[in-house]
Amino acid sequence: MTDPQTLDTSQDTPQHPEDTQPVDKQPAQQAPRGAFAYAPAPESRSVVAIAPSYGHFIDGEFREAAGGKVFTTVSPSTEEVLSEVALGGPEDVDAAVAAARRAFGPWSALPGAERAKYLFRIARIIQERSRELAVLESLDNGKPIRESRDTDLPLAAAHFFYYAGWADKLAYAGYGADPKPLGVAGQVIPWNFPLLMLAWKIAPALATGNTVVLKPAETTPLSALFFADICRQAGLPRGVVNIVTGDGAAGAALVAHPDVRKVAFTGSTGVGKAIARTVAGTDKKLTLELGGKAANIVYDDAPVDQAVEGIVNGIFFNQGHVCCAGSRLLVQESVAEEVLDALKRRMATLRVGDPLDKNTDVGAINSPEQLARIRELADAGEREGAERWSPSCELPASGYWFAPTLFTGVTQAHRIAREEIFGPVLSVLTFRTPAEAVEKANNTPYGLSAGIWTEKGSRILWTAEKLRAGVVWANTFNKFDPASPFGGYKESGYGREGGRHGLEAYLDV
Amino acid sequence: MLPKPVVPAYGSEAPERLASMADVTASDAALRRFLHGLPGVDAVGLQARAAALGTRSIKTTAKAYAIDLAISMIDLTTLEGADTPGKVRALCAKGARPDPLDRTVPRVAAICVYPDMAATAKAALREAGAPEINVASVATAFPAGRAALPVKLADTRDAVAAGADEIDMVIDRGAFLSGRYLQVFEEIRRVKEVCRRDDGTAAHLKVIFETGELQTYDNVRRASWLAMLAGADFIKTSTGKVAVNATPPVTLLMLEAVRDFRAAVGVQVGVKPAGGIRTTKDAVKYLVMVNETLGEEWLTADWFRFGASSLLNDLLMQRQKLSTGRYSGPDYVTVD
Repeated sequence: MTDPQTLDTSQDTPQHPEDTQPVDKQPAQQAPRGAFAYAPAPESRSVVAIAPSYGHFIDGEFREAAGGKVFTTVSPSTEEVLSEVALGGPEDVDAAVAAARRAFGPWSALPGAERAKYLFRIARIIQERSRELAVLESLDNGKPIRESRDTDLPLAAAHFFYYAGWADKLAYAGYGADPKPLGVAGQVIPWNFPLLMLAWKIAPALATGNTVVLKPAETTPLSALFFADICRQAGLPRGVVNIVTGDGAAGAALVAHPDVRKVAFTGSTGVGKAIARTVAGTDKKLTLELGGKAANIVYDDAPVDQAVEGIVNGIFFNQGHVCCAGSRLLVQESVAEEVLDALKRRMATLRVGDPLDKNTDVGAINSPEQLARIRELADAGEREGAERWSPSCELPASGYWFAPTLFTGVTQAHRIAREEIFGPVLSVLTFRTPAEAVEKANNTPYGLSAGIWTEKGSRILWTAEKLRAGVVWANTFNKFDPASPFGGYKESGYGREGGRHGLEAYLDV
Repeated sequence: MLPKPVVPAYGSEAPERLASMADVTASDAALRRFLHGLPGVDAVGLQARAAALGTRSIKTTAKAYAIDLAISMIDLTTLEGADTPGKVRALCAKGARPDPLDRTVPRVAAICVYPDMAATAKAALREAGAPEINVASVATAFPAGRAALPVKLADTRDAVAAGADEIDMVIDRGAFLSGRYLQVFEEIRRVKEVCRRDDGTAAHLKVIFETGELQTYDNVRRASWLAMLAGADFIKTSTGKVAVNATPPVTLLMLEAVRDFRAAVGVQVGVKPAGGIRTTKDAVKYLVMVNETLGEEWLTADWFRFGASSLLNDLLMQRQKLSTGRYSGPDYVTVD
């Protein structure tokens, strides 16, 4: 067998004893012997130029808040202030809605093929600027560059491409021969996938001939403001897309605005309920995409290694800041131990840290408020008797961090099995029979997504048919495609985004 | 952070646990039941995981470390009908001193040749002052494996007698695909027996599946367990002689199999992807796979090898690039 010494180039003595000539090449000098420690591979920040301050994007122009107020947006991984952003109020919303109303007539009168050109152009610009946008998204949101680069950006572009394709084919979408747009769409999006949620909202709205006022989340406004620049770059007519930044007050003003014909919201169930109350009794159309507490069901004949990957992807993707995250693992008792051992072993290899490092798997928690909520619920899990486990993992000193966490011995009666945690916390429950799996999976106020892991096709079909969830993944998890409709049951909201179904919310049908 | 993965303890109880596996090899039916009872493989998920591991960004010091590690894991191979003693000697010299201008380059793990060249290789390595480099010999009617068992055993015996430190045997894919698992098991066991030398030591046995011919991932997992139960020291993807050789998903699957086998039985087995691994980039992807599936314990030439002939030169060129900051070219590495 090879002499292990030959691996070591960090020694001063030459390896081959007969060699006495001096050695000046020591490339592996700093690599610790016996450990394949990945050197940092950070994505360059220089590809993105963040201005010190941003205004609202109204009628094709950036402008300060009417009240002159601003707030800051920080990088959750370092707490560094990235920029100052206008704090919107009712006056700003008024101005934005008025601009959108003015733009609506000419925009909706354009032939679909003309609107499609703009959408295709936007999609291509997103692709061209994807590296810049990915870095920006990771800076502002805290998500790993691996995910913003490989998931958020390609999907955001894909949504614009997909709905560009529909713009001149609306007559064939199944909503009548000549379906009409609604008017001004008021859209409020969350902080977990800032640019992707923007694409989900804006692409179908523009394809169907609506104009848009969008309010990005308070903690992640930057990619929407960069998108405003993309709209200008694409030559999009003024007022078709307007961005108002701010907190909940701006969102509330937008939702309540009398000239808004359609409200689309993605976010927490609590806010969703408040919006539903506001909109109730008006003729506004409303779609809500709210919380979730998805069951990820692992049957005893599941492909174990792939199921473990799916579980990891289901809950630790985007730090668990995913409304459709597989946060409740339902594993058949007969294989629970085996699956949990494999899961823990896999979790120990997750790399938590700098979101801009290309090798980071789990990034920062988006805000101190969210971190506090995750901590509170995790503590409640412990108090209520579930067993908590995390891999040993050193978290950075600054920024907001939470180690990937697993709770075993969880029952339906635990808070961590009922409430959405929206963080990297997995609750593990067991079941004995397929019927029990379905019963437990459905026993939640939510119904956004679910996962099924089994080698048996008939069991997949049987289970999927019985699950009350908008998306059911089989032998995979957290896979998205613009052609596939997405939305919930029960407290996870109503309406569908994506696919042909996603057009309905923006058409007068 | 990358904490140390949790691995179950192994060691003393291994022989006992292996003995308890004896019932599964008691009959063809029992063996089939066992192999078909292994967890299934979801092809899409396996490929996605292999692809995800391929996106790790290995730079600077980590890359330098990986390059040297990869060099030290190479089974530098020549398996041509036209092989001559001269060609084998040249290859041995190259393995002993991969880069004549840079003495810090580690030596390769082994020189891999046909059985009739094993003695030549052994002598050449001794002459080159690199007796620690092993001689690996492909035996058992390589690469087809289509010969009677006595012929395969004789082939192996010859190679061991000629001084081969490692035997790379091919399994009978025909027997495997027609479900005669016990026959494959017995062949491996018998070959392992003749690997034993008179002085009590034994040549290391690497079992080649030719995964491109096994076709399905489920078959690869079954073949892995079958070979490990029969006593393989290493499991190896392929001969390098067919259209589809080592691929990242197949190698990942075999890494998972050796991990599960050690957890179940307590015996550690090595893995060798072979064929088609030509670039540093590819080699580093495989090392990442080993690192994140099995951890440090397998990250040595004792437990992981690359079967390759042209990989070494690309590693050397990348190594030169790292130390000088400039790309050289094919004329700055030797052609042997």
